[in-house]
Amino acid sequence: EEPHGAAPVDFLQELPSCQSARRRRGGTQERRPAPLGTAGSRGAAARAMLQERSELPERPAREHPMCMAEKRRTRGSQQADAEHLSRWKKWRRTSSKSLKKALSEVKGLSSHLVLWRHDIHSIEGKFGTGIQSYFSFLRFLVLLNFIIFILMFSFVTLPIVISKYGIFNSTIAYISPKNIEAICTIYEPSNKGLVYFYTYLKDLLSGTGFLEVTSLFYGYYSIDAVWISVTRYNLPLAYLLATFAYLALSFLWIIKRSVEGFKHNLVHDADPFQSYCNKVFAGWDFCITDPNAARLKHRSLKYELQTDLQEEKLKQKIAERRMEEKLRIYSLRIFINIIVIAILSGCFYSIYRVTVFSQENSNVSIRNDTRTDLVNLLVQYLPSMVITLANFIGPLIFSFLIRFEDYTPAFEIKMTLLRCVFVRLASIAVLLFSLWSQISDCGSDKCKPCGYNYKVYPCWESDVGQEMYKLMIFDFIVILAVALFLDFPRKLLVTHCSCKLVQWFGHKEFEISDNVLEIIYGQTICWIGTFFSPLLPAIATIKYFIIFYVKKIVLIHTRKPAARPIRASSSNFFFLVVLLIGLLLAFIPLGLSIARIPSSKACGPFRNFNTSWEVIPDTILQFPTGLQQILFGMASEAFAVPFFVILCIIMFYVIALARAHKRLVEQLREQLVLGGRDKMFLIRKIAEAQRH
Amino acid sequence: GTGGGSGAMGGSASLIPRDLLGEYQELTFLSKQEILLAYKRFSELLPKEERENAWSARVPKSQILTLPELRANPFQHRICHVFSTSETRDDSMSFEDFLDMLSVFSDSATSDIKSHYAFRIFDFDDDGTLDRKDLEQLVNCLTGQGEESRLSSAEMEQLIQNV
Repeated sequence: EEPHGAAPVDFLQELPSCQSARRRRGGTQERRPAPLGTAGSRGAAARAMLQERSELPERPAREHPMCMAEKRRTRGSQQADAEHLSRWKKWRRTSSKSLKKALSEVKGLSSHLVLWRHDIHSIEGKFGTGIQSYFSFLRFLVLLNFIIFILMFSFVTLPIVISKYGIFNSTIAYISPKNIEAICTIYEPSNKGLVYFYTYLKDLLSGTGFLEVTSLFYGYYSIDAVWISVTRYNLPLAYLLATFAYLALSFLWIIKRSVEGFKHNLVHDADPFQSYCNKVFAGWDFCITDPNAARLKHRSLKYELQTDLQEEKLKQKIAERRMEEKLRIYSLRIFINIIVIAILSGCFYSIYRVTVFSQENSNVSIRNDTRTDLVNLLVQYLPSMVITLANFIGPLIFSFLIRFEDYTPAFEIKMTLLRCVFVRLASIAVLLFSLWSQISDCGSDKCKPCGYNYKVYPCWESDVGQEMYKLMIFDFIVILAVALFLDFPRKLLVTHCSCKLVQWFGHKEFEISDNVLEIIYGQTICWIGTFFSPLLPAIATIKYFIIFYVKKIVLIHTRKPAARPIRASSSNFFFLVVLLIGLLLAFIPLGLSIARIPSSKACGPFRNFNTSWEVIPDTILQFPTGLQQILFGMASEAFAVPFFVILCIIMFYVIALARAHKRLVEQLREQLVLGGRDKMFLIRKIAEAQRH
Repeated sequence: GTGGGSGAMGGSASLIPRDLLGEYQELTFLSKQEILLAYKRFSELLPKEERENAWSARVPKSQILTLPELRANPFQHRICHVFSTSETRDDSMSFEDFLDMLSVFSDSATSDIKSHYAFRIFDFDDDGTLDRKDLEQLVNCLTGQGEESRLSSAEMEQLIQNV
């Protein structure tokens, strides 16, 4: 067999494709264990290479796959060649080299500024890239929230702070209500002078009392303009534009980050060949340094490969299903989906009722009575508790029900995740909807003068802000409490108590998807709440900062990475897609609040306007007429409809292009496979012919 | 052995002369800090007497495999074999081989280089092709050592058919 094995390699090196690849890499021979070769043919190839060299685009020495000594030789010969170039080219080459060096120095310095670089590196080494992607995602959210905070602070809060201290000769012009019914402007946030200490704590937790009148909430910003020297800073306009700015910034940043993953997904779809090749050739995570993690990775790879192979067999089985079986399975699926919808509507209805109850009962002002204050606090936190409960029970029920639906394992995982995402995001929507139904509760003429329920909600934006604030605080408390009171005792129990029941319970697995959904839920709350409470992003930044360290400690001490890797959710692209869904969901309540619901007349920068959006048409009317006409023209149908049609055409074109490329990629791939087989066949034939 | 390398060295034993550093930066994908760190790690693998001459020293394979990054890696032997330029074929690595290895695995290496070396690492019998035997050994490396962690032959068959 030995000569049979050697001959094909020999021929392989003579093939034109191999030679052109070597030519592209540059002059020197590749170091390989030399088979019994035909020196003559290699000499001819070398001569051909020398001829070609002058026409080659130059590749830097380090891109050649050779050992260091040979790279040195290549570089030496490249430099020797360079002596013959003109002075201009020589100068260009040296300047580009020094520029590249300077850039790499800058990159090296700036990499030191990256937050938590060392922590995430060590997590990657011990637990692999799946869990590391969760922590990078957390870091991304910390940065995003920090930037949003800087944006809102510098455009909305800072001018007021400046003018309060009179820096730069600035003054504030408060809003004087025009054309508003007097009754709508009554707003007295209860702010007693001396109260018991626990009232402060209670106010801190629920955003009422002393906190309500601070710059944390919308109600503080009842300012028309800030005069800095002689320039007039239009605060209402700035408030609205800063809101749009932070939404646009988040949107663009998320899309930019997800472009990489999207390109990857588009080409490498659920094509079985691709997924197998990826797993076999790129499956091992070279960042793992811990033998335990390596063992777990081995097991998870084995499990993944086995699952894929089983899935293939299952797909075949599904394709061969008979008609009655299909009917049975489809009816079972419909039935289970109905159950799921019923459960979801039950959850949502309970959230609605609890919110209504909480709003009605927490507005009764009872002071100076500890017990009732505590009950009051509980009542105020009731919606948050119910939402957290729903978010906890929902996934358990879904993962139980999906087993009956007989999907392939990969689809099962995706379906459960989708349902969990839906529960989390929709519960926020239901909460906001129930709040709005309270605010616009216009039965029996309650809102005739002002357009909203002014008696109960003189300053409704602050109320919504307070609800978002409470949700965020409660979410934070729950995460800390789960880590402290569930994970650590569980670990202690499992390591020290050896009774069967406890061992079966086992270590806590670090479920990536659950944790990611948790922080996406928190981020959606932050996005919605920032309009009503401009300093909320700062709280979110601090919250995520602390959560990073908490999760890291929990991971290191109690971890047992999930034995069944959830491929769909370990990808960064999936996290970003769900985050984008959260952002788009946040657009809806904000859009409604800004454009449809009348702004409160008793507080806030939009007192003199019908709705918050009106500040923009108002400002445009003050522009010169030419500009006005252009802007109004852009907003009219005559412009919008053709624009929309053109956008659709471009989108269809791009989709068609993408599809054509995908088809081409598949065809080329097939050709490559066939070509490779042909090659091996011909080489074997030649080798046989040579032997005879 | 001792002698040649020490003349070229700068002041302290742990610094690389500047021109050599610049050359390494050009010929690999590593940054300056990474090269210095690599030098530190490499000299830690050597016994104390030989640390002065880390340039010409060759570290035996058994020492290289004690590095935490390689210890847990199922392809450790192949990696040492592919990157080693030792004439005696004992898979020992010099400092430049070490730098080569780090450069290929770094984030900034081109995918061309990475795929080339990946092919060579996965080509267990060094025959220039990835045939069935190579794939079987590859999958066995992935799923772990030990009898119970291998795929059954039917599964292996099915997998290889797919790839």
